[in-house]
Amino acid sequence: MAGPMRIRATEEGGVTTVRVLMAHPMETGMRRGPDGSPIPAHYITNVEATHNGRTVLAGVWGPAVSQNPFLAFKFRGATKGQRVAVRWTDNRGATRSDEAVIA
Amino acid sequence: MKTNRRTVLQASGAMATLVALGIVTAQQAHAAARPGFDARTLPDALRALGGAPATSNQISIVSDAIAENGAAVPVTVISRLPRTTQMFLLVERNPIPMVAGFTIPEGTEAEIQTRLRMGESSNIVAIVRADGRLFSAVKEIRVTLGGCGG
Repeated sequence: MAGPMRIRATEEGGVTTVRVLMAHPMETGMRRGPDGSPIPAHYITNVEATHNGRTVLAGVWGPAVSQNPFLAFKFRGATKGQRVAVRWTDNRGATRSDEAVIA
Repeated sequence: MKTNRRTVLQASGAMATLVALGIVTAQQAHAAARPGFDARTLPDALRALGGAPATSNQISIVSDAIAENGAAVPVTVISRLPRTTQMFLLVERNPIPMVAGFTIPEGTEAEIQTRLRMGESSNIVAIVRADGRLFSAVKEIRVTLGGCGG
């Protein structure tokens, strides 16, 4: 479940495009298991992307973001070879951080 | 931007103190940090964000008109409004319309792409805070297979 994020970051014309694929069940809490009992909600509540320690995107999420969330965004001020880090936190307090080198 | 008790309390970190004193429940404090995520209707979600947004043609919602799979509907939201600081995505007919909110720091483009769950065909509503004011755009997406797995 807490598998690594796949992050791709490319810079062109001063703009870095970041594409992230996170591994997370994003369980809404509205489904029932085969025995009829409810499957508890389990989803990413916060996402933060940073570059050189500075936040370049912050997200507050609910369970209606799809399973294995995809996120893409763009920002200025980075150059090839630098890194972008992405961290998520879920409603159980679990957290995961990964980074990628900007190509 | 409307300054309200909740915003001031949050900013000053007093919310934690109020929870400790039993004046505010932990649930209320949590909700303050996640505006709109408790709301079960679109008007309630908009109220939680600070009021009725003005429609803007400077906000684009890019998606297919028909989604094959309601569990994963790709959506891109773009704001051309200057000084966009926040972007929110809502699905009007979801049990909880608020899906995601993003803070856009200076230097970051006001353009976000993600995939949403839609329980049924519905309007997607994008709300943008720019210059402290709220603006909105709407796009209908029809769903052939609803995405709540129920």
